[in-house]
Amino acid sequence: MKKIFHQIATIPAAGAFLALAIACLFFSMQSDRFLSGQNFSLILQQVMVVGVMAIGQTLIILTAGIDLSCGMVMALSSIIMTKFFDAYGLNPYLSILCGLAVAMLFGWFNGMLVTRIKLPPFIVTLGTMNIAFAITQVYSGAQTVTNVPAALTFFGNTFHIGGTTLSYGTLLLVALYVFVWWFLRDTAPGRHVYAVGNSPEAARLTGIPTDRVLLWVYTIAGLFYGIAALLSVARTGVGDPQAGQTDNLDSITAVVLGGTSLFGGRGVVLGTLIGAVIVGVFRNGLTLMGVASVYQILVTGILVILAVATDQMSRKRG
Amino acid sequence: MNNSTQQSQVPLVLQAKGLIKRYGHVTALDGVDLELRQGEILAVIGDNGAGKSSLIKALSGAIVPDEGEILLDGKPVHFKSPIDARKQGIETVYQDLAVAPSMTIAENLFLGREILKPGILGTLFRALDKKKMLEDAIAHMQDLKIGIRSMKQPVETLSGGQRQGVAVARSAAFARHVVIMDEPTAALGVKEGNMVLELIRRVRDKGLPVILISHNMPHVFEIADRIHIQRLGRRAAVVNPKNIGMSDAVAVMTGAMKPEELGSEAHA
Ligand SMILES: Nc1ncnc2c1ncn2[C@@H]1O[C@H](COP(=O)(O)OP(=O)(O)O)[C@@H](O)[C@H]1O
Ligand SMILES: [Mg+2]
Repeated sequence: MKKIFHQIATIPAAGAFLALAIACLFFSMQSDRFLSGQNFSLILQQVMVVGVMAIGQTLIILTAGIDLSCGMVMALSSIIMTKFFDAYGLNPYLSILCGLAVAMLFGWFNGMLVTRIKLPPFIVTLGTMNIAFAITQVYSGAQTVTNVPAALTFFGNTFHIGGTTLSYGTLLLVALYVFVWWFLRDTAPGRHVYAVGNSPEAARLTGIPTDRVLLWVYTIAGLFYGIAALLSVARTGVGDPQAGQTDNLDSITAVVLGGTSLFGGRGVVLGTLIGAVIVGVFRNGLTLMGVASVYQILVTGILVILAVATDQMSRKRG
Repeated sequence: MNNSTQQSQVPLVLQAKGLIKRYGHVTALDGVDLELRQGEILAVIGDNGAGKSSLIKALSGAIVPDEGEILLDGKPVHFKSPIDARKQGIETVYQDLAVAPSMTIAENLFLGREILKPGILGTLFRALDKKKMLEDAIAHMQDLKIGIRSMKQPVETLSGGQRQGVAVARSAAFARHVVIMDEPTAALGVKEGNMVLELIRRVRDKGLPVILISHNMPHVFEIADRIHIQRLGRRAAVVNPKNIGMSDAVAVMTGAMKPEELGSEAHA
């Protein structure tokens, strides 16, 4: 049994798959509605936003960093996208670009502080999390932006396939995951992300520009938070200054459940997608069972600690 | 001394002249000279603090000396970083910082020097030519007769000696001029240490001169063609291991014996 556990723990995405399968089995026994195609498309809708954010989080955690600012940067970006259109009548596509740019700027700023001033990512992003939150509240006046053009809600539109309804956002989610999975696996910059996470000093000595790698990782992570902002606006139909509050921890939970090591250098981004789906399945399944949302938060907390403990144990033996 | 004119005919690959490196009040290198000949293994020995590490760091670009000159194939070179030295064909095997543990052997061999796919995938995304990298990795490992079952296994699954083998193979594969090794056998057991020594010999036999820093006297005497004895930031002597006993070499190294007290046949 111990051996089986160990083997599962060493194949990153396999453990996540197993956990997902067990969760699905459990919830399908608890509720007839759980296994319907309709319910699954609902889960995917819920997973969409955190799922895209968790891509950026995965990149950063692979370098042995962490990003606590992602949810707040996402919220700021969604306010920029909606308010630039609403308040200044800016072309909606330009508004989207501005929102993406601001998210990338925050990512770049995180990266600069981590590489140039050599501050720990935890502290840097704790700081920028609060900065992004404050800017969001001040700029929006804590008001939800409801005047949202069709261009910003495109990814919320749905189409039917079989008995299931899928949104274009879900397609985008899957496409982004497949692309990043390929990129991390099969390109030189992708492998350098792992090398930096393994040992920055070894990477530097082999000639990899480690600071440049970190800087683009944080900046591109920002881009993913911006895309998540667009998906969030598309899903809810508004620019919400209170969005993203639980997404920091949810994205980290997804990454860790997906088998990526918090110590950096190990993990597969497709695992994160499964991790995000697990979080979604738990929330959805518990809701179907009529469990109050506080207990859902409790369960996610337990999940993340279990995942981190597994990571720690497999590292000690490996 | 009578054969020194003959031996100086052997071309010098790497030469250091009067290198000085100070750290505040400490003078780590005090005008040290070094000569590396074509096709030889030159061991560098010395007490703690004699300046061995500083010397090879200067040669591998990890530090910039305050004064002095480094010549590669007779031409002056100025290294500002290890990457500069690597571009000039000088590869260094670092004692323990050499590899990325979770990455495969093939990936480690090509880390920072990946082979890219031809065409748009290679230029736009810098996509890897994994097939070519795998083939080349197998070829490099066979070249040095390193027996490893799969190039696709993570380096962390290897023993210490095998890991060192990967690091040596990487430097041998890419070095065009010189391979520098800092204590490559220090962390290894007897059997694995001998395996790595054999590997170093094969690197030399491929025609690459090797600078080997080691504390292990039996290893040094077994493998070196010449021994550079470093003392107090300078070169005390260069000796021929065939014509000098281990205890005399150690005596010179510690200052118990003056280099002039050695017989002329001991010098190289
Ligand atoms: N980065 C450094 N800062 C200050 N002093 C140093 C530094 N590196 C080396 N030294 C000093 O220089 C001298 C030579 O050191 P080193 O080259 O490491 O010798 P060895 O490798 O032969 O033990 C020692 O006295 C050491 O303390
Ligand atoms: Mg030393």
